[in-house]
Amino acid sequence: MISENSRHLYLQLLRVRTFEDRVGELFLQGGSAGTMLHLSIGEEAPAVGVAEAMQPKDSFTTHHRGHGIFLARGADPKRMLAEIAGKEAGYCRGKGGSMHIADRKLGHLGANAIVGGGIPHVVGAGLSYQLLKVPAVSIAFFGDGAMQQGNLYESMNLAALWKLPVLFVCINNQYGMGTRLDQASASLEFVKRAESFGLIGKEVSGLDVEEVKEAATEILEMAREGKPAFMKIDCYRFHGHARKDKSPYRDQNEEEEGRKKDPIKFQADRLMEQGVSISEMDIWHKKVADEMDEALNFALETQEPTLNSMFEDVYAPNLTHPESVGSRIDRALYSEILDGDYR
Amino acid sequence: MKEMTYRDALRLGLQESMQSDPTIVILGEEVGRYGGAYGVTKGLLQEFGEDWVRDTPISEEILVGAAVGAAMTGLRPVAELMYVDFLTLAMDQLVNQAAKIRYMFGGQISVPMMLRSQGGTGRSAAAQHSQSLEAWVMHTPGLHLAMPADATDAYVLIKHALTLADPVVFLEHKGLYAQSFPFNPESAPPWGKAKISRSGNDCSIICYSRMVQRSLEAATQLAELGVQVDVVDLRTLHPLDMETVTKSVRKTGRALVVTEDCLTAGVSAELSARITEENFEYLEEPVLRMAGEDIPIPVSPALEAASVPTNESIKQSILKLMRKK
Ligand SMILES: Cc1ncc(C[n+]2csc(CCOP(=O)(O)OP(=O)(O)O)c2C)c(N)n1
Ligand SMILES: [Mg+2]
Repeated sequence: MISENSRHLYLQLLRVRTFEDRVGELFLQGGSAGTMLHLSIGEEAPAVGVAEAMQPKDSFTTHHRGHGIFLARGADPKRMLAEIAGKEAGYCRGKGGSMHIADRKLGHLGANAIVGGGIPHVVGAGLSYQLLKVPAVSIAFFGDGAMQQGNLYESMNLAALWKLPVLFVCINNQYGMGTRLDQASASLEFVKRAESFGLIGKEVSGLDVEEVKEAATEILEMAREGKPAFMKIDCYRFHGHARKDKSPYRDQNEEEEGRKKDPIKFQADRLMEQGVSISEMDIWHKKVADEMDEALNFALETQEPTLNSMFEDVYAPNLTHPESVGSRIDRALYSEILDGDYR
Repeated sequence: MKEMTYRDALRLGLQESMQSDPTIVILGEEVGRYGGAYGVTKGLLQEFGEDWVRDTPISEEILVGAAVGAAMTGLRPVAELMYVDFLTLAMDQLVNQAAKIRYMFGGQISVPMMLRSQGGTGRSAAAQHSQSLEAWVMHTPGLHLAMPADATDAYVLIKHALTLADPVVFLEHKGLYAQSFPFNPESAPPWGKAKISRSGNDCSIICYSRMVQRSLEAATQLAELGVQVDVVDLRTLHPLDMETVTKSVRKTGRALVVTEDCLTAGVSAELSARITEENFEYLEEPVLRMAGEDIPIPVSPALEAASVPTNESIKQSILKLMRKK
């Protein structure tokens, strides 16, 4: 029997990979804003698995390699690619780009180009949810590189101390840029580190998206009840660090072995076992390819920002008319939850 | 007229703001049970409870970073850094995060937070507890920066700052907390406007924070010598009210900028360049600056006092500007 969940997750994995492929295409056609494009090929299962386990009101921040997470969360690939191209129609009006993409409505509190920079924000968001009585969790996604960044540990301590609804997710792709994890970290026992702060710790393989989703669902429910948690998801970065990097520092055998752990192939095999035919798969692939081609064309064709927009959004435009407390909260939480008696 | 200390005025401003905005949460080291290292938040824990007045661990980066995240999601946090010198430990969260989030995200997300701290000399607190770091803040687009010089402004500026949609850095002066000032909120200009603290036609002093007091004292002495000084208290460095500054400078034709932060690449450099550029045709003399010496602040009371502008050195600079010396 073909499971709807399996099929959906497969499509999401495929969408992420195809999207990243189109990011590469955008670059090759000279349409990307710069070359600082960090693709998540090989890392689709951590992105899709956790994003699919999130509830609508949950929020998150990501590291610089966050396209997959945002897309899986429900982002419009057109507006994503337009942002990566630095266009006005992008999520951030062409001011943020790949490394600073955000969307208030989907709870995306921002991708961050400072390694570890977005981690403290989910602790603050968790504090908002706790004090304003919102049943949401805030999730920080980051790479193995951020495991060596001090602010992670300040964040873990505070989340645990204040029992905040927060989840820390380390997408361990084994590398910083060219520095292998064991060359950067004296201990690889990341779960133990988290547990020593009083967090719930969990380690899963990033090969099987269904396993990731299941683990994330369980751990998110604990976090929602004020038991903050940490998840380490192991995977392999299939390509270079950024668009132009060819990873000369990596061993070829290692790369070949690493790429064999392909979450998309893994899920495809599962579906075949469930009875999906090749021709059916072809139809799905075609559909996803069409969606992403359309997004690519949109990004290439949509207009550049006007020069005047450069000066907009440094400060709020309406300084003399402060917003009412209620409308500010509504806007920030993109929801109608509050009953107003939180103090 | 009613008198109030700078510290009490700040506390009153915070308290009234918290009463009217139930999303304000105070975060900081020793802000609750201890009452704040300089006593500003004393009693607020008792009034608002420990959910809303929160002692944090000694972790400056998460203290400011959590404020950023909380501000993005509905709260209005007031993060207190015990000394502005500790800003170094939270600089990424202030400069790369809080200040840039609205812009990087195309205007979608606001960060209505306040970073309160205090700086300046006067307590022999030495090189890591006495700096004036406002130039770092002023150098970062996306931040508001308020630096009150008296109790009235401490109160009105903190209250207004706690209604803004963007991050505000609110820098107090450790040498002012215990001082009493006339307290008259109705007399204060609106947010973003400088105030003429003393009127005179011979030359202008442009200053803020504790240097206003010193400039006023110098001006009183100068009046006895027949020199009438216009003292402009900027109150906020962002917004920067160049209109009021320009008006004063065009009236007097002479300007002295006085700041406590160190001279090189300091706020005084920015101000004097702007005054020159915007009043090119109106200046009788080049703009002069008095600022902190380019040294780490020494602990010796004698050396410390000599490292920043004093009543006397301000007076001497004005005499020079007036060609009376
Ligand atoms: C604070 C900071 N230091 C260094 C860099 C440069 N840098 C960008 S990505 C990167 C590697 C990050 O590795 P990891 O966190 O594992 O994420 P990955 O790229 O593997 O997804 C480095 C060193 C940066 N952007 N920010
Ligand atoms: Mg990595």
